[in-house]
Amino acid sequence: MMKNYKTRILSNQEIAPDYYRMKILAPGFGQHARPGQFVMFRVQRSMPPLLRRPFGVFRTGFLPADCDGMPEKEYLEILYKVVGHGTAIMRELHSGDAVEVLGPLGRGFEPGDPQREKILVGGGIGLVPLFMLAEDRVKESPVRLLMGGRTRDDILVVTEFERLGVETYVSTDDGSLGEEGFVTQMLERKLRKYPDAEVYCCGPLPMISAVNTICAAQNVPLQVSLEALMACGVGACLGCVVKGAGHTEEHPRYLCTCKAGPVFHAAELDWHALGTPAADSCEGCKS
Amino acid sequence: MSNGTMHKQPNLAVEIAGIKLRNPVMPASGTFGYGEEYTPYLDVETIGAIVTKGLSLKPKAGNPTPRIAETVSGMINAIGLQNIGIDAFITDKTEFLRRVNTPVIVNFFGNTREEYGEVARRLADVPDVAGVELNISCPNVKQGGIVFGTDPAAAAGVVSLVRKNLGSKPLIVKLTPNVTDITVIARAAEEAGADAISCINTLTGMAIDVKTRKPRIANRIGGLSGPAIRPVAVRMVHQVVQAVKIPVIGIGGIMTAMDALEFLIVGATAVQVGTANFIDPGVMADIVAGIERFCREEGIADIHELIGSLR
Ligand SMILES: Cc1cc2nc3c(=O)[nH]c(=O)nc-3n(C[C@H](O)[C@H](O)[C@H](O)COP(=O)(O)OP(=O)(O)OC[C@H]3O[C@@H](n4cnc5c(N)ncnc54)[C@H](O)[C@@H]3O)c2cc1C
Ligand SMILES: Cc1cc2nc3c(=O)[nH]c(=O)nc-3n(C[C@H](O)[C@H](O)[C@H](O)COP(=O)(O)O)c2cc1C
Ligand code: FES
Repeated sequence: MMKNYKTRILSNQEIAPDYYRMKILAPGFGQHARPGQFVMFRVQRSMPPLLRRPFGVFRTGFLPADCDGMPEKEYLEILYKVVGHGTAIMRELHSGDAVEVLGPLGRGFEPGDPQREKILVGGGIGLVPLFMLAEDRVKESPVRLLMGGRTRDDILVVTEFERLGVETYVSTDDGSLGEEGFVTQMLERKLRKYPDAEVYCCGPLPMISAVNTICAAQNVPLQVSLEALMACGVGACLGCVVKGAGHTEEHPRYLCTCKAGPVFHAAELDWHALGTPAADSCEGCKS
Repeated sequence: MSNGTMHKQPNLAVEIAGIKLRNPVMPASGTFGYGEEYTPYLDVETIGAIVTKGLSLKPKAGNPTPRIAETVSGMINAIGLQNIGIDAFITDKTEFLRRVNTPVIVNFFGNTREEYGEVARRLADVPDVAGVELNISCPNVKQGGIVFGTDPAAAAGVVSLVRKNLGSKPLIVKLTPNVTDITVIARAAEEAGADAISCINTLTGMAIDVKTRKPRIANRIGGLSGPAIRPVAVRMVHQVVQAVKIPVIGIGGIMTAMDALEFLIVGATAVQVGTANFIDPGVMADIVAGIERFCREEGIADIHELIGSLR
């Protein structure tokens, strides 16, 4: 059940320049959260920013009981990049600060066919919603993570995926970590090796589009997680819509990213409206 | 407070155009979906009424994205009145609304006088609709796009047709603030048959991304809402209350009980909460509780002692 947790921060830690991970006390959150869902985050009693900010659920878990007899604490963890006003305020927050999180929200990833390989493609901060998916899928199927970023600083928490038993492959645009080049090039190679795989993707839109182009050409099932500007996160404001497959001026098909998504099957979306760059000229992988 | 009246439950019930509300707090149209979206977070039986998203004769697609932009203490939106259309609403959405013990006010709009009239006709006999709220902040496509609510004659024309087609259902007319003198429009609506006035709708605004030099929303201009507009809204409600005899519903930037009280004190009989729902889905219940607490602390037994009590 989604709810508005009026709670506090357990920790807020910089993990790379401008990237932070924040643990938030959230009793009962984990049993409801599914891979790919998100929360709407608000710094309590602060204005600005006025609106909440959406963040993917990175993971949920328990902090062990303290030796001084404090019980174990259930937390939800987000991983964020500082890009503007709201995230700049978030980076200043400390353990104990009061915050509100609304969630878990939206439609997450569908598990897919356990018999088939899983290839997860993440770009930069787009890695976030893939962690819980990996954690869940690795129990049934081989899971591989292809992780792309501009430089080594954009490659986050890959070792945590490895600890789950996920095979990880890294590429950076400048070659500072892993292979030099785009994550889409790795995807093409992996699909030649595992043509039966299912693909799950989150990252900057141009990267997602390029991944869609590759998967569509080979009839590979693809689920993508999209971002949109959001005010409410619950389907009330209609600010976050994307065009669905078959959208026309006469028969518009707008889908709420917050409610029908953020995860969509590729076939549900109007890729022409989203923008479909050629796979070999993917500026966006530079996220 | 050691006051003896403190433990007595103050009476918060008000009546708008014959609609009995358990308290004066309701959502503003377009910020609460069709009523169901917020049920996980808010018991709709704690608020005075439900006000639906704006409906039109035909379904409406809405505008391209981006549709929203946050600005200082507010947001600009150009959703474009996306809605499922009046017929789909009546067949699909009234089922939920029938089950809840809270009056339902249906907000609607049109782009011609005839469209407004036709929607009113279709709503006249729907038993689950306690009343309607007429949004006249829309352009008249038959008259060069002039906004109905900015011209007293055009406003009166729509209101009188809707009044006629609605039968006995209560009619609230929602005013746009984008006019020189809002009292002129308020009086025109009252004379044409409005049972109540609600104000204000959003103020037109614009925000620019200086790096790309493009407007931050696709529609270029949009409606500003949120705390940024509250002083303007309080002033306008104050003026409208003086100009008309029918009840007024105050809207604009209400985030807390104290904000709502400002509107009641200048004479609003009830208030609507819009943008604040996005930030805190339980906010309306908190506002009701806050008004009640204020009444107790001030020794007020009935909310009517507060309404219009401006000194
Ligand atoms: C479902 C979903 C999940 C997300 N998950 C994560 C996550 O796990 N980690 C993370 O770091 N970020 C995530 N984001 C993006 C995050 O919401 C934005 O980066 C954040 O809202 C920016 O807030 P700000 O106040 O710092 O930026 P602002 O000052 O508001 O804007 C700065 C820049 O960020 C862009 N921006 C603002 N809001 C959004 C948004 N909602 N989506 C995309 N870009 C935006 C603006 O266009 C602008 O260019 C997610 C977004 C969505 C919709
Ligand atoms: C996203 C959004 C959608 C809205 N849609 C409608 C609508 O369909 N009909 C209407 O009469 N007003 C609509 N409004 C205006 C609000 O009902 C309200 O008048 C305005 O937002 C001011 O109140 P606030 O500052 O509390 O939000 C909308 C406002 C917002 C922010
Ligand atoms: S963010 Fe409001 S409808 Fe999706």
